[in-house]
Amino acid sequence: MSLLEIRNLRVEFDTAKGPFRALAGVDYTVDAGEVLAIVGESGSGKSVAMLATMGLLPDSATITADKMEFEGLDLRTLSAKERRKVIGKDISMIFQEPIASLNPCFTVGFQMSETLKTHTGLKGKQIKDRVVELFEAVGIPDPAGRLNAFPHQMSGGQCQRVMIAMAIACSPKLLIADEPTTALDVTIQKQILDLLVQIQQERGMGLIMITHDMGVVAETADRVIVQYQGRKMEEADVLALFENPQNPYTKALLSALPENATGDRLPTVSDFAQAGGF
Amino acid sequence: MADDIILKVRDVYRTYDIKGGLFKKGSQLTAVKGVSLDVERGSTLAVVGESGCGKSTLARMLTMIDAQTSGSIEIDGLPIDISKTGISKEMRQKVQIVFQNPYGSLNPRQKIGHVLEEPLLLNTDMPAAERRDLALQMLEKVGLPPEHYGRYPHMFSGGQRQRIAIARAIMMKPKLLVLDEPVSALDLSVQAQILNLLADLQEEMNLTYVFISHDLSVVRYIADKVMVMYFGEVVEYGTRDEVFNDPQHDYTKTLFAATPRADVESIKKRLAAKAA
Repeated sequence: MSLLEIRNLRVEFDTAKGPFRALAGVDYTVDAGEVLAIVGESGSGKSVAMLATMGLLPDSATITADKMEFEGLDLRTLSAKERRKVIGKDISMIFQEPIASLNPCFTVGFQMSETLKTHTGLKGKQIKDRVVELFEAVGIPDPAGRLNAFPHQMSGGQCQRVMIAMAIACSPKLLIADEPTTALDVTIQKQILDLLVQIQQERGMGLIMITHDMGVVAETADRVIVQYQGRKMEEADVLALFENPQNPYTKALLSALPENATGDRLPTVSDFAQAGGF
Repeated sequence: MADDIILKVRDVYRTYDIKGGLFKKGSQLTAVKGVSLDVERGSTLAVVGESGCGKSTLARMLTMIDAQTSGSIEIDGLPIDISKTGISKEMRQKVQIVFQNPYGSLNPRQKIGHVLEEPLLLNTDMPAAERRDLALQMLEKVGLPPEHYGRYPHMFSGGQRQRIAIARAIMMKPKLLVLDEPVSALDLSVQAQILNLLADLQEEMNLTYVFISHDLSVVRYIADKVMVMYFGEVVEYGTRDEVFNDPQHDYTKTLFAATPRADVESIKKRLAAKAA
């Protein structure tokens, strides 16, 4: 059985101009111990799909799916209270802007302990020890000393490490990372990606990487879903996708990479759209 | 052509004073430490480095937003030292800048036509009809239809806004264009369009670019010369092929090693390492 299985996911937003379809029937499956990358440009619905899974979309969104199961648990019929038992514990998520995802008014140690207080039976000193342990696991130097630091006292890379620590605090089975390194420098990006993959392998977690960066896909993924305007364009193993892309849109994306430039001009997606007709 | 140096920077420093508090003494931070460089007319210099390395401070000095603390900057034969001599209209015409975030760099209450005409309004005595004609020509040049003249920034996508920002920058027919991460906020396919546009404009107007970026694959594509900065100092400076084929400094090597590789060989290697 797959860890997460979603069939025919549709998301529509109510807008002043009528319903807007953000996602038009896409299937997702993730197995334990697998890294799935969802890649696409802005507006492709890659984040919306995972926010829908997490139940984090606003009320203006209408979510329908033929099937939406996490370990056999139907996510569609969960009450908000039941959902909170799963979200943050068995499924957790990290976001693009690490500094914006943390509350500036509380120390990172306090914010970490909240997760543990909510989902585990740990108390007082036990919680503190566990937080230090987690900080150590994600490579924060001087973990005990950092407990009382506020987010603004840490760099972007350090904040993202805190977010990762928070996300893995309850040993989730599935971690969703939404553009986790987009706001970071490339040297820090490398460290964070290495850390995510290392944690994923040690714990045998499922990991969903949402990204627009083909480099990140190439460095981390086992399997890739390419999305464009709310539809799935292609799904393939990472090597097959890069070696022999099938869909015209995937081909276009790959050839728009500056490192693949052959002539003076970069081919753009619209060049392919005219020729390939997607 | 080879000796036609348009931008000459010699040993430039920039120091910021950090204010002390009640219990803290004030201190100084040197953001740029002794940078020297030459850029030939019509070529592209890429400046690479991580956040805090001083690359944007350098851009601010080149575009006369900030004055250098010491050292000399010469643009198209004109010495620039705004703390001593101020800025003349002549100096302003030489250099323009395009910023990273096209959502933040356009005034939301200003129509696109006015965005483009403003540099002319401030720096020349051109009559309104002529300004309008020039703005319309410029829209066409950056690939936008004339009916966009009367629209507001929120009606445009990120890529279109970056086209507008570029159009605004070249309204004054500058010699030197400083591009501060012009494509890092854009989608991959839009990035390709903007890079193509920049290449076309460079050829057409014989523009010189100082291209600030942290994305090495973009740099490799667009640059003639590459400068790598680290904590305010230049650690590597040479032609693109020199820097990419034979990096000398440890930091440059780290940077190359950290850049994600999207080629099939690298993926095979990674998958093999994982299976083992």
